[in-house]
Parts: sequence; structure tokens; C-alpha cells
Amino acid sequence: MTASRRTVTIYLPLSLAAIVLLFPFYWMLITSLKTDRELIDLSGLPFWVFEPTLEHYQYLFAETGFLRWALNTLTISVVATAISLACSILAGYALARLRFRGAGAMAGAIFITYLVPQTLLFVPLLEIVRQLGLSNTLWSMILTYPTILIPFSTWLLMGYFRSIPRELEESALIDGASRLRAMAQIVLPLAMPGILSAGIFAFTLSWNEFIYALVFTNSTDIKTIPVGVVTELVKGDVYFWGSLMAGALLGSVPVALIYSFFVDRYVSGLTAGAVKG
Amino acid sequence: MRAEARKRPVTAGQLPTIGEVLDRQGVLAYVLLLPGLLILTAFIGWPFITSLWLSVTDQSVSTSVVRFVGLDNFSDELRSQIFLQTVRNTFVYTGVTVVFKLAFGIGLAVLMNQSFRLKNLARAALLLPWIVPTALSAIAWLWLFDATFSVFNWAIVRSGIADRGINWLGEGSWAMTSIIIANVWRGTPFFAISILAGLQTVDRELLDAAAVDGASRWQRFWRITIPLIRPVVLIVMLFSVVSTISDFQLVYVLTRGGPANSTHLLGTLAYDIAVRGGQLSEGAAVSLYMFPVLIVCVVVLLLYLRRSST
Repeated sequence: MTASRRTVTIYLPLSLAAIVLLFPFYWMLITSLKTDRELIDLSGLPFWVFEPTLEHYQYLFAETGFLRWALNTLTISVVATAISLACSILAGYALARLRFRGAGAMAGAIFITYLVPQTLLFVPLLEIVRQLGLSNTLWSMILTYPTILIPFSTWLLMGYFRSIPRELEESALIDGASRLRAMAQIVLPLAMPGILSAGIFAFTLSWNEFIYALVFTNSTDIKTIPVGVVTELVKGDVYFWGSLMAGALLGSVPVALIYSFFVDRYVSGLTAGAVKG
Repeated sequence: MRAEARKRPVTAGQLPTIGEVLDRQGVLAYVLLLPGLLILTAFIGWPFITSLWLSVTDQSVSTSVVRFVGLDNFSDELRSQIFLQTVRNTFVYTGVTVVFKLAFGIGLAVLMNQSFRLKNLARAALLLPWIVPTALSAIAWLWLFDATFSVFNWAIVRSGIADRGINWLGEGSWAMTSIIIANVWRGTPFFAISILAGLQTVDRELLDAAAVDGASRWQRFWRITIPLIRPVVLIVMLFSVVSTISDFQLVYVLTRGGPANSTHLLGTLAYDIAVRGGQLSEGAAVSLYMFPVLIVCVVVLLLYLRRSST
């Protein structure tokens, strides 16, 4: 292909796609830096900031619970991810390696829970959370998020465990090691890339979760970033646009950063289910 | 389990140690599965049963005595205009967005499958809409679709296309269009990346051989590439149907189901009824109407996975 033809068939459509997909983020950024006066000024060019200000960020940190929400989101995500990884490593290993009655049924059941959306169950879960006395606590999210994370992680790790040659483990078993020992010392280190993928995935999904966090909490102190930003920066009819954008941007940065460091892991995790089936 | 135990008899009078018991695969497997199964049973299995129970009673946050009402909640919904409208909305929203996400996803994947400079950077950037919290990116869309300050309206008026901007979120069909745009924006990267992974498994030699035989670029794409990536496309579409039918965040942030219920989805309607209105039973019934579609998707996927693994 000639250079000009490449421009038309690759770079032009690619630039167009990039503009469409990234424009909302650019918009978040410049909106968060505009003064309130500039925000509602329709006479100027809206695509640039002429009087940049950090006042919306100051408001976010000083006047709202944003830092608290960030801490909550981090705590919930880390603990829910740890719980999910522990459960998924054990379950994934059992399903991939051990022969037992009901193995197929168990794998099928876990796969089905993978497809259960949060909107199907949030009403009864709200009741259950209330009965357990967990309403308005971080625990309500720490304990329920793993239901979103375990099915996926187990499925992903099962694939990883299967890709590790059985012989490595069997030679350890012959040498007298127990199964648990062989798993911990031989299989787990080799499965680290898969565990990392599952962990990144689980963390991002927890960070992004919305509906459970919305219905299980109502006090400012317990909210997560997505719920806090959406519910507390709108007072009646008044939208604090600058701070809304600042909060939305800062709330997106951690997942975007993690993701950019591990983009290959992420993509391989994302597509593992679809491609390998 | 029994069979395993019989194979390795324990000498009479001598109890097996914990280590020995755990080395039996049947026992060990269930011990390892236990923590995960406990969580899934407690917070998926049990809520599901609770949901079924709620849906055949008349429970609300204010009822003290709960009555069994059979399928009344379900049949009441079928007579409710708002519910019927919501079902229509859900199907339109899901159908239209999945078609667009698929078309754009294939296009973007084919594009990304070429070799060009800064490919890794491009791939990283293009996935961003999919990985950031939807509730937060929806806020950007809320401002982009603002009746007065929408930058789209600014462009429409300034370029002279129309005298007045569009009332994006304030008018029924435009509101549906708006949430569809936001959903397609968010979901296209997932289609693109998954289909790209599928494209990368297509054997180059096959395409080259067809080219030698005189097949045009277009013929190679339709006759070789598309059939080979069909499984990936099917799985991605099913996942997308499940997550779009059960969508909540975009609508919650952008329209709350309005104007006049024109953008309510099953999830947001159930939220309004159960959480804001306190009618738990009715809300559970509305949510459960998602179930038949989910069952179909699960069955298709399971059948497909079984076939491909044998």
C-alpha cells in the first residue's frame, strides 16, 4: 500500500475512532478546570480553558466526603479482591486438576453465576443485607462483591491451571509431597500471571461497582466514589458541574493507571473466556 | 468419594490423619470449593430464592403481615402501561446497541489488526471507555447532553445546521437515542478487543492461499475471516445482551428513566418500585422478568461451550 492510501484506510478512521472514544474524557478534564462563569459562557470557544482554576478540586476535597469515599472504595476493592482470589484459586485448582464426582455440574453452576447480573438480585439482597444487620456498612459490599468476582476469576484461573503440565505436579506427588503442598509450591508460582490477571480484573470490577453500593448505603461516610460523586454533588436541581467532573476524573484515574500498566494482562484476561471458550 | 476411600483401605482401628483424608481427591475437591460455594450460595443462591418468594407475596417496607398472592405481581405488571413501556424500551435499547456495538467493534478490530505505528498506545487508549466506572463516565455524557450547555448543541447552532439545539435528555425519542449513544460508546471497545483477539487466531497462510487463488480482499474477509471468528462474535454478543438487558448505571445517571418513563429499563424500574417506593415484592417481580432472557443466553452459551470442548 502506498503511504497516502495507508493514511486514508488506517490513520484517518483510527483518528476518528480515537477522537470519539476519548472526547468525553477530554471534556471531563477541561470542564473540571473551568471557572463557573466560563462553564456557562456560551459565547466563547468551549473546547479550551481560558482561565484555568483548581477551585472545583478544592471544593471536592474540602467540602465533600471525596477522600473518605476514595478510602472506602480502596478498602472494599482490596478486601473483596483478596477474598475472591483466595476462593477462586482453590476452586479453580479443584475444577482443573482433581477428579471428583459432580465436577462438571460444579463448573457449570459457577459459570451460570457468572451471567447473573446485579440488577436481577439487588431487591432480595437488600432485604438479606438488612436482616444480617449489614445495611450501611462496608461489609455489605465486601461480602457481596465477591459474587461478581469469583465466577470470572475461577473460570480464568481454571484455564491457567489447565495450561500447566501435570507432570510437574505429579513428580512432586511421587516424591511424597501432599496435593496441597504440590499446589502451593509448584502450581501457584507458575500460575502467577493468571492470578495477576484475575486480581486486576477483580479490583477494577469492585472499584467500578455501582448498584449494590447505591442501594446498600445511605450515609455519606460509607459511600464509594461512583455513588458519592453521583449522589452528593447534585443538590436538588443544582449540579456542581466542575466538581462532578473533577470527582469523575479522579475516580477513574486509579483504574486507568492500573490498567495502563497491565494492559496485556488485562486484554488476555478479558479475551480468555471469549477466545479459548 | 466412597470409591476413593475403598481403594486405599485404612488398617482397622487406625483413623486416617487429616492429611490422608485431604489427599483423597473427592474430599479435597469439595474442601477447596467450599469457600467460594459458600459465598455464591449465600449471596446469589439465597437471594434468588428470596426473590422468588418475594415475588409471590405482597411485601413492602410498611407491611407487617405478609400475604401469599400467587402470581398476582406478575400479572399486575402485564396490565401496567409503565411496565409494558419499560419492556419495549429494554428491547429497543438492547437490540439497537448490540447491533451498533457489533458493527463498530468489527470495524475497529479489523483496523487494529493492521500494523501501524503506536499500535500499543492506540489499543490502550481505545479500551478506556470500557474500563472506567460507568457511573462516572456517564456524568461526562450528562454534561455533553445538557439541554442548554451541550457542546453538541453549540456545534449544531454555530455551524448553522439548526437554530436551536436538541433537547437531548428531555424528549422521549432523543432521550432513548442519547442513552443508546452513551452505551455504544462504552461497549464498543469490549467488542473490538475481543474480536481483535479472534482475528489474531486466524491463520495468515489461509488468507494468503486464498489470495493466490484470486480471492479479493472482500471475499477473503466474508468467506474466511468471518466464519472463523463467528464463535468469538457469538460469545461476545451473548455477554453483551446479558449486560445490556440488565443495564442500570447509564440510565440512572442520565435520565432516571424519564422523560415520562421513555427510557426506563427493567433494572431502573425495579429500583424505583422497590427502593424508592418500598414495594419490595413488586420490584422483585419486575427484576425477575429479566430471567427468561438470561436463561436463553445461559443455555446457548453452555451448549456452545460443551460442543467446543468435546
